[in-house]
Amino acid sequence: MNRIPLSVLAACGVLASLPATAAGDDLKALRDEIAQMKQTYEQRIAALESRLVQTEAKAGNAEVSARQASVAASQKPTSESAFNPAISLILAGTYTRLSQDPNAYAIGGFVPTGGEVGPPRRSFGLGESELGIAANISPALRGQLTLALPPEGGAEVEEAFVQTLGFGQGTTIKAGRFLSGIGYMNGQHAHVWDFADAPLAYKAVLGGQLRNDGVQVKWIAPTDLLVELGAEAASGGAFPSTDRNKNGATLGALFAHVGGDTGPSGSWRAGLSVLGTSPREREYDGTDSTGTDVTNAFSGRSRTWIADAVWKQDFAHDRNLTVQGEYFRRRETGDLTYDTGGVSLGTATDSFRSSQSGFYAQTVYQFMPHWRAGYRYDRLDSGNANIGGALSPADFPLLAAYKPKRNTVMVDYSPDEFSRWRLQLARDQSRPDATDNQLWLQYVVSLGAHGAHAY
Amino acid sequence: MRILMFLLVGLLALPAQAGLKIFATVPEWGALAKEIGGDKADVFVATNGLQDPHHIQARPSLIARTRDADLVVATGAELEIGWLPLVQRESGNPRIQPGQSGYFEAARQVRMLEMPSRLDRADGDVHAAGNPHIQTDPRNFLLVGAALAARMAELAPADATTYAANWKSFAERWRAALTRWERQATPLRGLSIAVQHKAFPYLQDWLGLQEVATLEPKPGVEPSVAHLGKLLAQVAANPPKLVMRAAYQSPQAAEWFGREAQVPVVVVPFTVGGSDRARDLFGLFDDTVERLLAVPR
Repeated sequence: MNRIPLSVLAACGVLASLPATAAGDDLKALRDEIAQMKQTYEQRIAALESRLVQTEAKAGNAEVSARQASVAASQKPTSESAFNPAISLILAGTYTRLSQDPNAYAIGGFVPTGGEVGPPRRSFGLGESELGIAANISPALRGQLTLALPPEGGAEVEEAFVQTLGFGQGTTIKAGRFLSGIGYMNGQHAHVWDFADAPLAYKAVLGGQLRNDGVQVKWIAPTDLLVELGAEAASGGAFPSTDRNKNGATLGALFAHVGGDTGPSGSWRAGLSVLGTSPREREYDGTDSTGTDVTNAFSGRSRTWIADAVWKQDFAHDRNLTVQGEYFRRRETGDLTYDTGGVSLGTATDSFRSSQSGFYAQTVYQFMPHWRAGYRYDRLDSGNANIGGALSPADFPLLAAYKPKRNTVMVDYSPDEFSRWRLQLARDQSRPDATDNQLWLQYVVSLGAHGAHAY
Repeated sequence: MRILMFLLVGLLALPAQAGLKIFATVPEWGALAKEIGGDKADVFVATNGLQDPHHIQARPSLIARTRDADLVVATGAELEIGWLPLVQRESGNPRIQPGQSGYFEAARQVRMLEMPSRLDRADGDVHAAGNPHIQTDPRNFLLVGAALAARMAELAPADATTYAANWKSFAERWRAALTRWERQATPLRGLSIAVQHKAFPYLQDWLGLQEVATLEPKPGVEPSVAHLGKLLAQVAANPPKLVMRAAYQSPQAAEWFGREAQVPVVVVPFTVGGSDRARDLFGLFDDTVERLLAVPR
């Protein structure tokens, strides 16, 4: 930049010292001389500039290495405990007021699942504590254990699996016990749900949540739009399957999810899943037409389809909206056995066919930082079970056609990322004969390692 | 006509867009990767300048984009802890897992400030590795950029000369701009300020600003009116000259405090895309310095 002004300046100086009489050859000689001087100056300036650049670069390097040295020096010394896995703990508790007895909870028209689907005990209650331990095992594997600690004591392995880390080509393989990838909410732990309890459809169709002991393979397509395909094979055991004591899988699931962005601050995901299993002697307890407690059992095929969709939109300054819904359709065909123990009118078996459906739709709006409000609508349709002639429908009052529904509202406050306080009101018409007005006060807090949450 | 031209240029540029596929978690590292990569890098930025970097969801598009990425450029220091580990695990991509050369953390290249001497969430949402908002000091870009250019060259040796040349050109322009900003900002030295969130220790360190109050009682905890009132009384004797907040933050607390303490609120862009003028890294600091200088002293 300063090359030209300098040489011009030099030339001016020479010109100024010229005697006025100079002309002809003298002038030419002078011009040559000036040109030479200019060249010399330019060369020297260029040399200086290149030296300057080199010096600057060296200084820059020195700066970088000095900073790096200080970064390296500040690293903590390693210790034996440095490889301890990440430990996280979820604590939860409720206070509930229920207008109906939670012990008599049932979802009208649907086979009881044997899962913990009813509301918690009245008054103060401890929720399930959840202990999570996770770490990388090797560059290729990660392991995770989630223990649920019910308030009545004991421990339950909620999840325990190993998962490949970057198997390649978008593939991930999971083995062990894990939450199935079907639907949208099934893969989420209860403590991240937007409401204190699961939608009725999950309670009636999956007995809460589907957990598999088996293998899951998931593949992500090489596209900018998320296309995720997954398959699971499992041994079954819990509702809707039963333990079959046979080689090979007794439960299979397939799912596909598609997702992307809507503009710079919105995102969505939609999916379709199917779950198939063949339960044998899947028992449930109920009363019959005489009012006697009997055990009935189903053997046959059970297939469930789930369509799910979620849309999330962020607005400026920590306000956001989530809208989600899932639709379930279950078809079961096989044989139903009445009174397996023969304690009432005598054991009888005949064909059974049912086609049932249900959905929930919910929206949660964070209207100011830390505060959210939400509404959820639940609806199920039991359909009319088709029971063979050897059986009397009156002996299966729990399976009498009914359309349970529920309206739920909630407000929650999360003063920080690790705690949440929630008030939830629900009008639950799961039971044909009674409406349960429910009030929940709930806290959910997380301690220890800061886990990442799924979408 | 103009749109047509853009389309045409875009179409022509498509086949040339070989090179590294880079996934940047925040706009500042995306902008830096673009400066170094030029047309030899395909850069995707996971978030925009008006999003709270602490609260990002592991949304489907992020999993899809990491699936094929050659390099993930993150801040590190736990800034992305709520979503990035999950995205990495779900991606099924071995190249960008922690510990691989396809995973780059900017915070590892610079001197960290506010490293907590004890780790307890009673102190709020503290980060064990120090304050992660390193992008508010422009000097850090020289350190991060040098390391990033080297990493990119390692991953794509064929384009190494392009990256080196782009980096050299950027670093020269950056040094010149640094001198300019520092000269312009001389009057700010020693200026006492209040901040909404502890988001600016690096900026304060660079410009010699004096933080006398933080509106958030603890990092990540929203201030109550009672807390703000107490703070107001504390600084009454020596009030700050301004209260500063990042563009992504909700305005209420800073505005309340500014009104009561009768000091102006300065909204700084915080990252590329945080304001209209902060369209690139140069614009980011042009705008930041000017907004601070615009306050009467």
